Amino acid sequence: MLSKNDIARRIAQEVQGGWYVNLGIGIPTLVANYIPEGLEVEFQSENGILGMGPFPEEGTEDADLINAGKQTITAMPGAVYFDSATSFAMIRGRHVQLTVLGAMEVSSNGDIANWKIPGLMVKGMGGAMDLVASAENIIVAMMHTNKRGDSKLLPACTLPLTGVACVRRVVTNLAVLDIRDGAFHLVERAPGVSVEEIQTATAGPLVVPDAVPEMRL
Amino acid sequence: MAITKTVKDAQAACEGIESGMTLMLGGFGLCGIPEHAIAELKRRGVKDLVCISNNAGVDDFGLGLLLQGRQIRKMISSYVGENDEFERQMLSGELEVDLIPQGSLAERCRAGGAGIPAFFTPAGFGTEVAEGKEVREFDGKPHILETALTADFAFVKAWKGDTAGNLVYKATARNFNPMMAMAGRITVAEVEELVPAGELDPNEIHTPGIFVQRIFQGDRFEKRIEQRTVRPAKA
Repeated sequence: MLSKNDIARRIAQEVQGGWYVNLGIGIPTLVANYIPEGLEVEFQSENGILGMGPFPEEGTEDADLINAGKQTITAMPGAVYFDSATSFAMIRGRHVQLTVLGAMEVSSNGDIANWKIPGLMVKGMGGAMDLVASAENIIVAMMHTNKRGDSKLLPACTLPLTGVACVRRVVTNLAVLDIRDGAFHLVERAPGVSVEEIQTATAGPLVVPDAVPEMRL
Repeated sequence: MAITKTVKDAQAACEGIESGMTLMLGGFGLCGIPEHAIAELKRRGVKDLVCISNNAGVDDFGLGLLLQGRQIRKMISSYVGENDEFERQMLSGELEVDLIPQGSLAERCRAGGAGIPAFFTPAGFGTEVAEGKEVREFDGKPHILETALTADFAFVKAWKGDTAGNLVYKATARNFNPMMAMAGRITVAEVEELVPAGELDPNEIHTPGIFVQRIFQGDRFEKRIEQRTVRPAKA
């Protein structure tokens, strides 16, 4: 079973040189820590920076320089700042090659829910709806089940949707799965996790090929 | 000759504000918020405000200060997760809330300032956000119609400004400020440093002064950090 850092490490393997990448809050943010040195990749944060760098050294933090999670950050050489309309022009205009975000639920036709639990939690969608409506390459990073042990990979989402038929790949603590033709397709299993465990934890339709390789981290 | 937009302070800049007005307030989280204008709105005690702002501050800073005094009737935002009082007022029905996707919020402000009454966007199709909105397909993909937003007053915060109202923002404190500056009937800019017209390089200005009606230099910005994340300093 993967830790949150391992999920991020596995997703980092998907990132190619020359890509602009938007990372959501939570596990997705960790992906930046596992990009190989020398790979030409720039991180976009939708509050208005391309070329986001690591957290600042203690004592150098700047209230005017934050990411979309409101964390203090730094800017890499070649970074640029812009306004929110320009930021979402990059996103809707498909200038960003990869979006990684978290989710509460994902369905087997690629729907995603991650912004609201009616009556309990209403934080808002932030930029998630714009991101999932436009990005061509969306990877969801999340735990396979919720805190109650219920599957988060469902035949249909039960929570209010963030976007429809948009998620292509899901990386969880148990597996890598692709979404196509209305089903989850098992691509890889986490080290030490059996196909049966993944089947038990997946409520939506799951296609299992003859051979399911173990992830390499 | 440059048109002078300078006013003395936040009090003078807020002349004409009335209860029931629609306001825009720049900022993302607590970054780049017009903190002097918010303090003045609190002092004036105007009520029934409709506030268009990406976030709602935290309990004791930013728009949270106006929520404490029940001065806001309705919020139009994209993310409001950092404010307990906000959540309480929303769930109890005291506060009307319109949550809209962040990119749509930015574009609706930009459209309002640019004379574009509405536009189609893919964001929110198939979700609650699309309810009651016109849907049209372009290139085989469904889009929803979103309308422009404008405001009686827009409050923005910039790093530097000149007496003609030209503005320069710093780093990610730019965020929603430029679009909101465009969409205000009266736009009030508060800046950390106010210089005479002619001192800013015209090549480097982000918001042209035509969008700004009043400008003043704030005497001390708190610029509170919401999530202080650091790594150890190198020896």
